[in-house]
Amino acid sequence: MHTVRIGSGAGYGGDRLEPAIDRIRRGELDYIIFECLAERTIALGQLERRHDPKKGYNSLLEYRMRAILDAIREHPVKVITNMGAANPVAAAEKTVELAKEAGLAGLKIACVTGDDVLALLSPEMPVLETGKPLSDLGQSILSANAYLGADGIVEALKQGADIVITGRVADPALVVGPLRYHFGWAAEEYHRVGRGVLAGHLLECAGQVTGGYFADPGVKDVPELWNLGFPIAEVGEDGSVVITKLPGTGGMVTEATVQEQILYEIQDPASYFTPDCIADFSGVHTEQLGPDRVAVHGATGRCHNGQFKVSVGYQDCWIGEGQISYYGSTARARAELAGEIIRKRLKVRNCAYTELRVDLMGVDSLFTAADTSPLEVRLRVAARTADRANAAIIGDEVEALYTNGPGGGGGAVKSLREVVSVASVFVPQEKVSANVQIMEV
Amino acid sequence: MKLRELAHSRTGDKGNISVISVIAWKPEDYPRLKAQVTADVVAKYFQGVVHGAVKRYEIPGIHALNFVMEDALGGGVTRSLAIDAHGKCLSYALLELELPDWEG
Repeated sequence: MHTVRIGSGAGYGGDRLEPAIDRIRRGELDYIIFECLAERTIALGQLERRHDPKKGYNSLLEYRMRAILDAIREHPVKVITNMGAANPVAAAEKTVELAKEAGLAGLKIACVTGDDVLALLSPEMPVLETGKPLSDLGQSILSANAYLGADGIVEALKQGADIVITGRVADPALVVGPLRYHFGWAAEEYHRVGRGVLAGHLLECAGQVTGGYFADPGVKDVPELWNLGFPIAEVGEDGSVVITKLPGTGGMVTEATVQEQILYEIQDPASYFTPDCIADFSGVHTEQLGPDRVAVHGATGRCHNGQFKVSVGYQDCWIGEGQISYYGSTARARAELAGEIIRKRLKVRNCAYTELRVDLMGVDSLFTAADTSPLEVRLRVAARTADRANAAIIGDEVEALYTNGPGGGGGAVKSLREVVSVASVFVPQEKVSANVQIMEV
Repeated sequence: MKLRELAHSRTGDKGNISVISVIAWKPEDYPRLKAQVTADVVAKYFQGVVHGAVKRYEIPGIHALNFVMEDALGGGVTRSLAIDAHGKCLSYALLELELPDWEG
């Protein structure tokens, strides 16, 4: 059966680059995807774009594209990425500029837009997470981007694009797009598209299926994580999926690494909602075909729900934070005393916060309190405030524990940040369409 | 016996929802996991951390359970005050769960 080879080049915005370039050079790939958008990345990009209309795309785009362009010169792998973030047009223009600098000619670079649906928002729309109307977020909305499906990517590839740069698309669409284009699947072939979504889901976090986010020494040993190889999916015309990686790289592809990633961030495995289909992973099983080769059988899909999920970014609050460490057999008692001092100091200072969290790192910051007193304990205080001035009090008061708090407090740090959060709404798919623009080098 | 002797696990997040898989190392231990690691057991284990409902899904082909825990991430990854806003550590918390003896 005819298969296509799709590599993964990034699993998040700041991921390692060498494994991707290695994949392009040695992987005999047809396509490589770079998934670089977290939930609120576009909202942050939008803020950046307001200051500079030529910005708002992934901050590593230039660094990545220089290396990618150099590698595809001899190994013409098609590149698909959502690094466009809040400004896919500017990202594509920058890529054209870099391609010219690199002396590449005849390259077609596509940008896919249409995900920006800020104009379609209305105040009464219910927020999916809370059921409350969007107007409750006030005047602070920064961005609204629909998780588009694969249509725009398919169209860009049909028009001959060598590099496709999108804004917000559903992560698996980065893989469903090339599969639909390559095999000529119709958008309505939901069984195959569902299998394509599985392939995309397994590739989208890059190293997380090849042994990253897995190791537990003595129980789950993974070789050479420092040199973790990113995954390659071999996908058949019928949507069958084999996950593998290149020889000479670290990590491993086993049934266990693949099984963990199949369920990663999936809620009901029978109904994984994507704009391209509702994928069904409830009947999957895995098969180790050889070293670092695992087949995943049994995925399918059915018609999507006709809605695009829209991620709405808004200016939410400020968070102020401070930390300080204590050592010794009384470390826990001194850290607890420090925490009590902070609570009283925040009252004295009239610090206006809506939520306060006081943790003892090493004791209870990650889960419930352990019944132990470790030799090292680090106090961490974090509070949510409406403004910068109140947020700043938190770190200042923790720092003041150096001279005013328990004995032997060390390593105080403080920080404050303005928080951009996201809320979700639905918009009907028929109100939104992807637009493709091709730029030639 | 601790859950970690029978299973491995991974946490994912969506907004304020934490999703934890529990995958039996050996298919023959799957009936035991289904009987002993119920949604109620997991809800009780995470009380104080998880404030919403806990649902369990079964994926028999890979001898796995998937726990979906609502209101579990301090308001959501983007605004949580927690040091581990994603709840990445919660899978390793669950693996410390002590299992009762098993006659099955």
